[in-house]
Amino acid sequence: MECISRDELHKIQGERLAATVKREYENVPVYRERMDAAGVKPEDIRSVEDLQYLPFMEKTDLRDYYPFGLLASPQEEIVRIHGSSGTTGKPIVSGYTRNDVDVWSEMMARTLTAAGATRGDIVQVTYGLGLFTGGFGAYQGADRIGAMVIPMSSGNTQRQIMMMKDLGATMLCCTPSYASYLGETIREMGIDPKKDLKLKAGCFGAEPWTEEMRQRIEQLLEIDACDIYGLTEIAGPGVAFECLEKNGMHINEDHVIAEIIDPTTGKQLPYGMHGELVFTTITKTGMPMMRYRTHDICTLTADKCACGRTLARMGRIVGRTDDMLVIRGVNVFPSQIESVLVGADGVAPHYMLIVDRVNSSDTLEVQVEMTEEMFGDTVAHIENVRKYITAQIKSVVGIASKVKLVAPKSIPRSEGKAKRVIDNRKL
Amino acid sequence: MFIRQISVFLENTPGALREMCELLGNGGVDLLALSVADTQNFGIIRIITSNEQIDKGLLLLRDHGYIAKVNHVICAGVPDRPLGLCELLALIEKANLSVEYMYSFMRASHEGEAALIMRLSNGEKAEKLFQMHDVRMFSQEEVDAL
Repeated sequence: MECISRDELHKIQGERLAATVKREYENVPVYRERMDAAGVKPEDIRSVEDLQYLPFMEKTDLRDYYPFGLLASPQEEIVRIHGSSGTTGKPIVSGYTRNDVDVWSEMMARTLTAAGATRGDIVQVTYGLGLFTGGFGAYQGADRIGAMVIPMSSGNTQRQIMMMKDLGATMLCCTPSYASYLGETIREMGIDPKKDLKLKAGCFGAEPWTEEMRQRIEQLLEIDACDIYGLTEIAGPGVAFECLEKNGMHINEDHVIAEIIDPTTGKQLPYGMHGELVFTTITKTGMPMMRYRTHDICTLTADKCACGRTLARMGRIVGRTDDMLVIRGVNVFPSQIESVLVGADGVAPHYMLIVDRVNSSDTLEVQVEMTEEMFGDTVAHIENVRKYITAQIKSVVGIASKVKLVAPKSIPRSEGKAKRVIDNRKL
Repeated sequence: MFIRQISVFLENTPGALREMCELLGNGGVDLLALSVADTQNFGIIRIITSNEQIDKGLLLLRDHGYIAKVNHVICAGVPDRPLGLCELLALIEKANLSVEYMYSFMRASHEGEAALIMRLSNGEKAEKLFQMHDVRMFSQEEVDAL
């Protein structure tokens, strides 16, 4: 299934989508109301191309219809509940039928396999085993492969390391920040991962991380570190996974359909463009999701991966729609500009975006702090640095900006979420 | 023969240059020569000071959050008479070199010569050229004595 031709895949997706939409319309009042309001009948949805006519679902819908308002199966068919804490008030929960647990296990089995897991492997699960999907997801996936599972759950680092060493764990599943912490502790304890441990790879997710962090984890633990993506609303971890090519996360497209949309207009965007990631489940029966808006920003590509899989891949999450700016009609994410600065040698990642409107045209000024590496004694040298940054921003973001070099430490630092944008436009 | 120069990045804001000069002045750093290269957005300040004060000045600037670096530049003696500079420039031009910047000392003349600080497109080539044509180049010690 993972190497199926795109045409065949679209055919299967279309059939499964039609069946799921029919089920949603017939069993969930909210879906019926919304589809009626949008003037769409279940029989109008026959192929993947028809997806664009369906209404969107949001996280707030899961709160509003908490806990069982979105179930498309009778409650007695639900065999599991998972949920996420949510930062405000009530948690959101999702109900799984036997089929849904099965589908999810399959997705996680593929995830672990893509990172190199086989029957003979010993998988240490350090994600919390509980309402959170991480622990159970990894456990089920490893179980499906027939690997040996060590269901450690989270916490107690000393004990984690002892078991890892004594049982000879070969695969690790946890958050990237915990993997990095484990690696540091292991090194501090004088353990040599190459000699004393048998770890070969890890699947890390549940929080955004960077390429630099991957390199750090890979060095500390001497393993291959693969990224995974998932969300409770869709299934849990394993919705998308990286193979050992580490070049984007393959989406389990026979179970979910991914779209990239313009967060402002809701219109679909072509592959390769940055936009909001939207998922539609096509095999779930308990709580299927129609065009669920993740608010995560990334790109999609359907180019065949060097690993041979034809499943489309999603790029790293570069930001959230809440941070998005619309400048001269182009969607700009501060994190894109940050990625340019982080990627340029000797440039500090501190920046401020100043958006203004002059003669009814939007302007973008990017303030970047001067560093020792960027500085030189000639104007030409500094202008070249400035032009280089400007060109890089243009190629990544797609719009022209004015880069202003400012004195070091003149951009305010703040704990936690830094303020990166000043929008002076009076609209 | 090269001498050492401090270059400093300044934002183009009111008082920025005064603040920097105040810092150096209060720290006892005596400026022998200074140039300001300004663009719309930023300025580069270049400073010549006596050899013993360079490191002190650099530390002082860095401790106060300035981006500052030491570069090597040529200090050439130019006859203090009409066309004195022209002759030197013609020499530079003939050798296919170009002047990136040039400025002079606060104290105008020294034994009938103006001391000009300059950065040319190829420092080593310029040095050889000047040696060949007996263009006087001040050493750091001579600059200190200016």
